[in-house]
Amino acid sequence: MEQENFYHAIKVRTDMCIGCTHCMKVCPTEAIRIKQGKAVIAENRCVDCGECFRICPVCAIIIEQDDFDKIFDYPIRVALVPAVFIGQFPEEVSIDEIYSELMEQGFTHVFEVEHGVEILQHEHYNYIREYVGSKPVISPFCPAIVRLIQVKFPALTDHIMLLKPPVDIAAIYNRKKFTDEGYNPEEVGIFYISPCAAKVVAVRSPVGEATSEVSGVINMNYLYNKVFTGIKQARKDNCIVPLRTPLKDNSIVWSLTRGESAHAYGRSLAIDGIHNVIEFLEKLETQENPDIDFLELRACDESCAGGVLTTGNRFLTSERLHNRAEAARKSLKISANKNPILNYHDYIVGQLGLNRVPPRSIMKLDNDMAEAMKKMKKVHDLMLFLPQVDCGSCGCPSCAALAEDIVQERASLAQCNFVQRTLEERKLFSREESREILEETWGKDKFNRKWLLDL
Amino acid sequence: MHFTYLITGGNFTHAGHASSQVKRILKQLNVNPVTIKRIVVALYEAEVNVVAHAYRGNIDVDIEPERVLVLITDEGPGIADIELAMKEGYSTASPKVREMGFGAGMGLSNMKKNSDKLIIQSQVGQGTHVELTTFLTQ
Repeated sequence: MEQENFYHAIKVRTDMCIGCTHCMKVCPTEAIRIKQGKAVIAENRCVDCGECFRICPVCAIIIEQDDFDKIFDYPIRVALVPAVFIGQFPEEVSIDEIYSELMEQGFTHVFEVEHGVEILQHEHYNYIREYVGSKPVISPFCPAIVRLIQVKFPALTDHIMLLKPPVDIAAIYNRKKFTDEGYNPEEVGIFYISPCAAKVVAVRSPVGEATSEVSGVINMNYLYNKVFTGIKQARKDNCIVPLRTPLKDNSIVWSLTRGESAHAYGRSLAIDGIHNVIEFLEKLETQENPDIDFLELRACDESCAGGVLTTGNRFLTSERLHNRAEAARKSLKISANKNPILNYHDYIVGQLGLNRVPPRSIMKLDNDMAEAMKKMKKVHDLMLFLPQVDCGSCGCPSCAALAEDIVQERASLAQCNFVQRTLEERKLFSREESREILEETWGKDKFNRKWLLDL
Repeated sequence: MHFTYLITGGNFTHAGHASSQVKRILKQLNVNPVTIKRIVVALYEAEVNVVAHAYRGNIDVDIEPERVLVLITDEGPGIADIELAMKEGYSTASPKVREMGFGAGMGLSNMKKNSDKLIIQSQVGQGTHVELTTFLTQ
């Protein structure tokens, strides 16, 4: 388990990183350190929440995606579009225009992910109603939260609902539908337009299932720019407008805050923002069941409307989707057409289950408790030397993190600038030695500022 | 290993502080999650009891590889009839405390349920002493 490699969509571009510590400070799992003047992400700690991507002032954090041209490897090219993608566009752009432009860009089919909700919602409700384990049931919708629970709240992994999210349902449906129409499964390319890094990872390296039916992932901001430019520049009179099944009102807002909890069985709570989620989970761990049946937890503020790969303002996106849902609710009374996905209801329900989500704690100091106790004692002793100002000058997010790194032999006490200064004054350390250590953390560049050398 | 925490009676804002600290420590020591939950739930109940009923108290946590021992001692009104207080739903909490969502009368029984050994000694008018032992099987 310990040696396992974890795939992450979030990468640091070392050519652009200036080692400014912003990302290190916001990382909710303290996964980032600065070494040689560059941010380094610890693979076992990162949950791909994207907070580092959001805050980076020089765009040195990137989110890996597939090359767009990969779609042309397939005769059938399905764009799996989440409703928040549509919600990004200003009011004057119609859904038809967006669909049409997606076809223009090369997709042969456009499918909104949340059609999967028509099957999921019922199963979701029954799952909680029939659940016999310890409550609350926690939604598996947000992959960053699932990973957060695995690493930081290992005791709560058993609470995670074992049902696949709408994107998986949409992919299973499309794969099956086209296969039934006579295509080889290899001919069907299913591309998910992701609003965040965590969903990229969920598709490429899923937790609780062996593989995903999705063939590739395209970042939402990339496609938004492509589509919006297309719409702006080429307003044509004749274009293909694909036939589309209208999305139901509940489905449209499913990925927004309270989208799930509003229809969940029993008493439920919706929490968005990863720090809010952490605060609540800490509470949940110390109390006997707080009499809540279901928790909808989303890493981003305003849920997927606030995904790190979205372009539009999250509040406006959310408002537009609520308006769209309102309109859908009204028109629903008129049209009673059955969603084609329901033709595959039993087939999809048969594949809806997820495997148990395993815990993988990053908290433990050692597997062996006696050894862990020794290390904890050392951490405690080290903290007496450290200034507890959490300045980050050692390249670690806090004094406590440095102390732990030292005990785990990943850092040295001399990395602390306060300790260094004291040792120098007491002639236990030469100026050259401290300089060397500083350069190891910050790289040489930070010490060769031209104007300083010219003084 | 030994840790000590102080509790101030009447301060619900900080109720739970000691239990979250202890939870963090037990996680770092790689104690199994189910055991952590039991210890922490029992400790949280004890902590809230002191906050709700006593003037002040302290918590001593002693961790050995084979067991965790938690001692909670308070200066407060004490418990007149411990057997009665152990009954689920029995509570002497004031309406004010109940309004805050505490005082459902589950405290002591939850503590018993979530520990391997529970000893309560009390003297009316002086205070209460609680010993919670949880064995760690690796």
